[in-house]
Amino acid sequence: MTVDTTKTPEAAAVPPPGTASPKKRVPQGHRRLLTRRDRLTLGLMAGVPTILHVALVWVTALASIALAFTTWDGIGFDSIKWVGLDNFKELFSNNPQFWPAVEHNVIWFVVLILIPTPFGLFLAVQLDKKIRFSRVYQTALFLPVVVSLAVTGFVWQLVYNPDTGLINSLIGANKPGHYIDWIGDPHLNLWAILIAASWRHAGYMMILYLAGLKSVDPALREASALDGANEWQTFKNVIFPTLRPTNTVVLVVTIIEALRAFDLVFVFNKGAQGTELLSILVTNNIIGESSRIGYGSAIAVVLLVISLAVIIPYLISTFRKERRA
Amino acid sequence: MHHVTPSGRLSLPALPSASRRAVLRGIGGAAVLGAGIPLLSACGGSGTSSDPKTVTLGSNASDAVPKKAFAEIYAAFKKQSGITVDVNTKDHNTFQEQINSYLQGTPDDVFNWFAGYRMQFFAGKKLATPIDDVWQTIGGNFPDAMKALSKGEDGKYYFVPLYTYPWALFYRKSVFQQHGYTVPTTWDQLVALCKQMKKDGLVPIAFGDKDAWPALGTFDQINFRTNGYDFHVELMAGKASWTDAKVRKTFDHWAELLPYHQDGAVGRTWQDAAQTLVSKKAGMYLLGTFVAQQFTNQADADDLDFFAFPEIDPTYGQETVEAPTDGFMLSKAPKSKASAVKLLEYLGTPEAEAIYLKADPSVVAASSKADTSSYTALQKKAYAMISGAKHLTQFMDRDSRPDFTSTVMQPALQKFVRDPKGIDSLLTSIERQKKTIFASG
Repeated sequence: MTVDTTKTPEAAAVPPPGTASPKKRVPQGHRRLLTRRDRLTLGLMAGVPTILHVALVWVTALASIALAFTTWDGIGFDSIKWVGLDNFKELFSNNPQFWPAVEHNVIWFVVLILIPTPFGLFLAVQLDKKIRFSRVYQTALFLPVVVSLAVTGFVWQLVYNPDTGLINSLIGANKPGHYIDWIGDPHLNLWAILIAASWRHAGYMMILYLAGLKSVDPALREASALDGANEWQTFKNVIFPTLRPTNTVVLVVTIIEALRAFDLVFVFNKGAQGTELLSILVTNNIIGESSRIGYGSAIAVVLLVISLAVIIPYLISTFRKERRA
Repeated sequence: MHHVTPSGRLSLPALPSASRRAVLRGIGGAAVLGAGIPLLSACGGSGTSSDPKTVTLGSNASDAVPKKAFAEIYAAFKKQSGITVDVNTKDHNTFQEQINSYLQGTPDDVFNWFAGYRMQFFAGKKLATPIDDVWQTIGGNFPDAMKALSKGEDGKYYFVPLYTYPWALFYRKSVFQQHGYTVPTTWDQLVALCKQMKKDGLVPIAFGDKDAWPALGTFDQINFRTNGYDFHVELMAGKASWTDAKVRKTFDHWAELLPYHQDGAVGRTWQDAAQTLVSKKAGMYLLGTFVAQQFTNQADADDLDFFAFPEIDPTYGQETVEAPTDGFMLSKAPKSKASAVKLLEYLGTPEAEAIYLKADPSVVAASSKADTSSYTALQKKAYAMISGAKHLTQFMDRDSRPDFTSTVMQPALQKFVRDPKGIDSLLTSIERQKKTIFASG
């Protein structure tokens, strides 16, 4: 070990002389082993996914960035017209749904990180205590994550339906005079959906934290118990700091959830008054019979830029950590 | 001789109940791939790759009732002409969402579509074939309003209408009888009736705008009653301004009526709103005749009636009727054009209409020659209303650019319904957005 540390990195990279000769022979052996057919197979195995990836991920992403500076109704390539920044100007100054959509995406993130995430952690800590029926609780709380969001949206609609839904029927708020419009009222509907989203997110976070807690060394708990720390002190000073890697994952997952929020809202009220989201604006503009593909792409580019602004710092810090390690 | 080719053997098992023509088509199609053109021309006697005795048809009639009704028409057509209609049915909404790429790809010869701007749009984009020759045959079967609806902006015919249905104010006869209400024919009478209904503990006008399109219908009615058909059409075409005082007047009228609409409309589907009419909690409901679908109990259905939206300005009276019309178009390069033309001619006959209406009584014939003797009372009334109309409109999303109506008007009207006070800034915003959308060509 000590010998190694004295070497420069370059020297360390050079293998000791004794192992050098077999290593040289190995590629030759490979060359002999790989017949033309093998190479073709390998080429296809690597090539086909690469082509698919480039065509379906990179080309489409770059194409939608390019289309963001055009207008196009999707009919024939000759109808693509270059308009420069017009789509963005229109979006930022003229579209009454754009800024609410940005705001709602931000609210979505803030709510998810402040309410269901700590709640998921709380549940995970409780379940980690090996209480009775722990698995039953685990299953019940994780169930919303398993169910498709479209189905979740449908089920919650039955709860929120202002005329026949569970809540209004129970509290009698479905009569003229005192009527609570959970789906239509823009002061209510976003929060109504966020409850449904949180219901699901808490289960998701619980599983992530549960996995994190399982990896906490029991010796740490023992040590803090011996030092006379109570449960809260143990959690705050010993357990939580060791959950750092899990917290990073949770943060990233929550950001992604907030940016890609779509299905629940689309089923709930298609992003009408009060529940606009960027993803829904993209869909509304692009899908349909005479679509505004350029304009929809511009919204998608905004979403992409926001995502990159979040992802790039994360990647930089992760790579830095890896290099340090 | 064709039956011995290997390609023929391959396609035979795929067509279990194959008619002679379908078999020939299979062989013909395979012949292009394998055995070569000479064989095909010997077989079908035509230069194209498909059997001239088969027409392909792209259908959006994915619901059971219309699907079966259309199938019966095609069966009757086959009996009469010997031409098979090969139907390719897609889910209604999917069909609409994919229509763009569908028509640009390899569409079927004939396809289901809607009259109005939506038809003109694709005609203008050269994704449909003009069918003036068809109209020389079927022209006499249709009233002038229908003829106008079937023309593209270039004055050529592109569309064969099959059925239509009016929008009107629906009510239950027993409710009107019980309270002694009379059908209002003027705006003041309508407002007075709403007031009375409210006093009697009814929701005067049922309303559900969760799907965002029903409010477009309310706007249409109030606008063409207030400003007339010509202005309405100009507004829909993006020519008139949304900040015009005339539009403001429309919204003022609407705002006057809004307090009599059902609470919380933006959270309610039209089906739920219709239920309040079914359960006699609501007095009236402005919708298309398809509202009858919600009256599943026959006694309730017999109790259903409707009247035209009351007059607002006597200059225009009740001359305009909103009547969305569905029918057929011919795609840009039909494979067997001669047969497709025959099919379209057949679809424009009163017989084809009669077959459809027998299976689907929720709509009325577009043809003025269709047999109306088997109509229900509602159908008779709807038919009279449409045939007596001076002008027919389609619906905002069929009379205007669908991208404008779906991305601008639907959210804007939902906003208005919720908060009618912000109308001025709303109209300014609509006008600004309209300019960019209509400028994009």
